[in-house]
Amino acid sequence: MTPRQVLRRTGYVAFMAAVLAFFAVPMLWLASAPFDSDPGLGLAWPDWTLHNWQVTFDHPYALGSLLNSIVLGVVATAVATVLATLAAYALSRVRIPGRDALLYLLLLLSSVVTGTAAMVPIFVMMFQLGLINSQYATGLVIAGGMLPAAIFILKDFIDSVPRSYEESARVFGASPTQVLLHVVLPVARPGIATITVWAFVQAWGNFLLPFLLLRDVEEQPAAVLLTTLKDEGGSANLTVIPVFSLLYAVPVVALYLFVSKRYGFRFHGGIKA
Amino acid sequence: MAGIELTDLSTVYPNGVRAVDDLSLSIADGEFFALLGPSGCGKTTLLRTIAGLEQASSGTVEIGSVDVTRDEPGRRRVAMVFQDYALFPHMTVAQNIAYPLRVRRASRTAQQEAAVRTSSGLGLAELLERRPNQLSGGQQQRVALARAVAMEADVLLLDEPLSNLDARLRLEARTFLKRLQRELGLTTVFVTHDQAEALALADRIAVMSEGRIRQLGSPKEVFQRPANTFVANFIGSTPMNLLPGVVNGGLVDVAGARLKPPSGVDLADGTQVTAGIRPEYLHAATGEEGITGTVSIVENLGVTSLVTLECPGEVMVGVTVPEQEEPAVGATVTAAPDPGRLLLYDGETEELLGEAKVAD
Repeated sequence: MTPRQVLRRTGYVAFMAAVLAFFAVPMLWLASAPFDSDPGLGLAWPDWTLHNWQVTFDHPYALGSLLNSIVLGVVATAVATVLATLAAYALSRVRIPGRDALLYLLLLLSSVVTGTAAMVPIFVMMFQLGLINSQYATGLVIAGGMLPAAIFILKDFIDSVPRSYEESARVFGASPTQVLLHVVLPVARPGIATITVWAFVQAWGNFLLPFLLLRDVEEQPAAVLLTTLKDEGGSANLTVIPVFSLLYAVPVVALYLFVSKRYGFRFHGGIKA
Repeated sequence: MAGIELTDLSTVYPNGVRAVDDLSLSIADGEFFALLGPSGCGKTTLLRTIAGLEQASSGTVEIGSVDVTRDEPGRRRVAMVFQDYALFPHMTVAQNIAYPLRVRRASRTAQQEAAVRTSSGLGLAELLERRPNQLSGGQQQRVALARAVAMEADVLLLDEPLSNLDARLRLEARTFLKRLQRELGLTTVFVTHDQAEALALADRIAVMSEGRIRQLGSPKEVFQRPANTFVANFIGSTPMNLLPGVVNGGLVDVAGARLKPPSGVDLADGTQVTAGIRPEYLHAATGEEGITGTVSIVENLGVTSLVTLECPGEVMVGVTVPEQEEPAVGATVTAAPDPGRLLLYDGETEELLGEAKVAD
C-alpha cells in the first residue's frame, strides 16, 4: 500500500467510527443508565444497582402508561391493517375511473388530516362526540391518519400479485370469501406483515394525538407520559426515565423480531414464471 | 363429459376492443381442440369467456347442452390451467392438487386421497410435500394439470400450456399432454400461438385473427389447404410462397412460369390471383414446366435445406430440398409444384378458390 492509500484508508475508518459512535452512544446509554445508581445524561460505566427499577415500578402511572400504549397500538394497528388490506385489494382489482388520482389525493391529504393543521378541528370533533379520554377513539383517529399511506403501500404490493391465482381459485369454484381467505391473504402476507409492524411503530411513537385527545393522565400512553417524568425541581427525572425508555423500546423490537422471523419482510408475491 | 357450443359470441372490453367478434363454434365431446392465432387475435379472451372469467357481451356459451353464459366460473364444471400455472405458492403440491375439493368442503381424508390418486398418474407421487417454488417448470405444469384433473370437470381449458417450458421439455410435455388427453377423454380446448404445437396436438384447429375464425379444420386441412392467405402465411414452419399471378389461356402466369391451375378451378383470362405453394411441396425439376430462378440463399434446416430462388419480376420463391441435393449459390434451378399442391387464392378477397376439405 502506498502512503496515500494508507491515509485514505485511515480517514475512511475514522469517519465510519465517528458515524457509528454517533448512533451507538444513545443505545449504550439505554443499556447502562437503567442500572446506574446515579444515572446522568453522559455515558459512564455504571455503578450497578436495580434501585431505578424499583422506583419506576412504584411510579403511579409508568406501567399503566405502557399498557395504555399497547391498547392504543393494537387498536390502531388492527383497524389500519384490516381496512387497508381490504381497501388495497379492492382498489387493486376493481377498475374505478380516477383511481390513482384518488389515491394520491388521499395520500396528500393524510399528512394534513393528522398533521398539526387539523389538530384543532379533530379536537373539537372528538370533544363534541364525547370521545375525549377514550383510548379506542384515539386509536381510531391514529388509524385514520395511517390508512392512506398503508393503502398506498399495500395496493402496490397486491398489484404485483398475479390475478391468475384468484382466477384459478374462482374456476375451481371458490366463493369471493374463499378466494380472499385461501389465496389473497396468504399470498399478500409478507406485505400485510410489513404494514402491521409499520402501523404499530407509528401508533406506538405517536405523541401529538394522544397528548391532545387523552387529557386524563391515567389514560395517557408511554409516549405522552415520558414528557411528564420530572422531579420536583422541574428537571428530567433521571431515575425513572432510563428504565422507562428501555421498557418503552422493548415491544417494538420484539414485534419486529417476531414478524421478521415468522413472516419475513418481503415485497414480492412468489410466482414462478 | 360434454361438448361446447358457442353461438354468435362476442366479448367486448370496456375500452371498446371487440376481442371476440360474433363467433360461432361447436366443439365435440372428447375433442382436443386448438385455438391458434397471433397474439392479440382474441384466442385467450375466447378461452376466458368459455371459462367465465370474461363476461360475454352477446351470444351464448353452452357446455353439455346447458346455457352457462351468465354462470360464475366455478359453476360451469370447467377446469383451467393458466399460462403461469397459478399454483398457490403457500400451499404444498398435495394442497394445490386437492384445492378443488377443499373449496367444496370435502373431508381432509377425501382431499388427501384425491391428491394421492391424481398425482400418481402424473408422476408426482414423490413431490406431494414440496412447495411450487421447489419444482421444475415441467413438474409445475404437471401439478397444474393434476389440480385441473382433480376437479373432475367436464371440460379442460389450457392457456398456452407449453409456452413456459424450454424447447426440449416442450416436446416431451407435448407427447405427455396428448397421451393424458386420450386417457381422460376430456373435452379439451387449448390456446396457442405456435402452429407446430396446434398441428401436433389437436384433433381440430380454429385459426383466429381479429376475434374471428379464419379457418376451422383438421390439422391436415389447415396445413395442406389453407382457406385464405392469412392462414397460409401463419401455418407452417417455413413460410408459404404467395406469388401474384394472372390467368392466361387456362394456365396461370406466376413468376415467369406457366402453371396448370388445380382441377375444378376455372377462371377467365386476365383474372388476378395469388398462387400459394409451400416450399416443401416444390421439387427441383428437369424438363418440366416450373419456376426458374437463381439460387440466392441456402438455409440448412437439418434433414432439408431451404433454398431461396430469385425469379423474374423480383419475386422470391422458397424451395425445400433434401440435404444431398443442395444447389450452389448462383446456380439456376427450376422448381415445379408437386401434383395437386398448387393453391390459388382470389386476388381481391384472398380466399381459397376451390374446396378447402382434403380427403384423408
